[in-house]
Amino acid sequence: MPNRAMQKSDKKSNPFKASFTAQHVIEAIGQRISKPLTFMEVCGTHTVSIFRSGIRSLLPEELSLVSGPGCPVCVTDQGEIDCAIDILDMPQITVATYGDMLRVPGTKSSLSERKSEGKDVRLVTSAAQALSIAENNPEREVVFLAVGFETTAPATAATVLEAREKNISNFSILSYHKQTPPVLEQLVQDPDLKIDGFILPGHVSVILGHNAYRFIAQKYKIPCAIAGFEPMDILLAIADLVFQHANGQAVLHSLYPRAVRPEGNQKALSMIDRVFTPCSARWRGLGEIPLSGYMLKEEFSSFDTLLRFQITLTSPPPPAGCRCGDVLAGHIRPLECPLFAKRCTPMTPVGPCMVSSEGSCSAYYKYNRGGESPWKKSHLATEVADD
Amino acid sequence: MSEGVIDEMCLAVPHTIEKFLGENKALANTGSVQVEVRTDLLDSVEIGDTVLVHAGFAIEKLEKDDSIELRALWDEIYQYAEQSHAKVR
Repeated sequence: MPNRAMQKSDKKSNPFKASFTAQHVIEAIGQRISKPLTFMEVCGTHTVSIFRSGIRSLLPEELSLVSGPGCPVCVTDQGEIDCAIDILDMPQITVATYGDMLRVPGTKSSLSERKSEGKDVRLVTSAAQALSIAENNPEREVVFLAVGFETTAPATAATVLEAREKNISNFSILSYHKQTPPVLEQLVQDPDLKIDGFILPGHVSVILGHNAYRFIAQKYKIPCAIAGFEPMDILLAIADLVFQHANGQAVLHSLYPRAVRPEGNQKALSMIDRVFTPCSARWRGLGEIPLSGYMLKEEFSSFDTLLRFQITLTSPPPPAGCRCGDVLAGHIRPLECPLFAKRCTPMTPVGPCMVSSEGSCSAYYKYNRGGESPWKKSHLATEVADD
Repeated sequence: MSEGVIDEMCLAVPHTIEKFLGENKALANTGSVQVEVRTDLLDSVEIGDTVLVHAGFAIEKLEKDDSIELRALWDEIYQYAEQSHAKVR
């Protein structure tokens, strides 16, 4: 143990940087937990950070973490994926999208396979890049496959506004953007799911601010903590949720003040409001959730791929045997899926949760194939071993 | 994040604004890498600001990590961690 003078000095200067502070947080969690608790980390980036840092192995046995539907690639519905793949059969089409979307298996193929067949599929890191492709290739029809939550939707909105301002008419978007609060409300109403606290997504909260989630604590009496992405940020959020239970509280705490303002990013929110209107959206495994998507407003309908090419989304079933839907709904952990690490691996993914680096199946495969933690002999791991 | 691929879609990386490149565009630095970022989503950005960049767009300026909630949480953590040490001693 470091001496107490050093503790006080480090504590004052920057508790995030002091080497011993994680130990203190874990000890305090152990002191305060008095009953089994299950917390959901909503965001896929949190899931990866939790696995990468080994946080699960440090927590008391009474505390379980379950991953939520916060991986945008994973929650994209099978029909939405199929649409992006099938549209490549039309003449002069270029599909541009973020990296992880390329390998998600559709019903018959994937964007990556279509690319290898010679179709024009471009990988971009920003919606603005997709617009540049359209600007530089006026003979092509460029379709941007827009996925992501409230963090990503403003960038798409800004790009649509730019397309209109520059009068770029060969650019359109498949808006698969999704909203976080409605899906959380659906989860807390699920009788098969018992969540004792939410670790809320830091970067979605940068845009939304605090108020968008307050209903979870106020209406459903479930403690919430907005968290950053460093291991210590996440440990603090876990400690906060444990303390709230110990103190009989259910409130929303923002533990990521270096990035999240109480009011959110008003400019980004107004950009979303200017371009999009809330609509019903299909979520993989969770079905259709009212007002959980973003569709382009009528004045921007010329940028809507579905309207431009008169396409109707289909509703194909998920791949046979794939339990991604149950994983996303928090009903099972990846280890419980019969395909996990057998037929479904990162090299040969069956479902999107194994494709995306933010997917919980991918995270379990990479960091935690053996079970919950080295000493927590999870019944899930045992079941898989016996399979 | 590997080059050209967004591995984690909700990932936002701190960058320092170094130079403006015209309306809503700036050159920003993250460690040893310089990239062009869009600043449309922020009201005002200045040279030297540290911003979070997500999917090519700066989404917020980073500020000092402090709040009443965080301070209260640290106080509670130290209170219980110290009790734990007192038991061991």
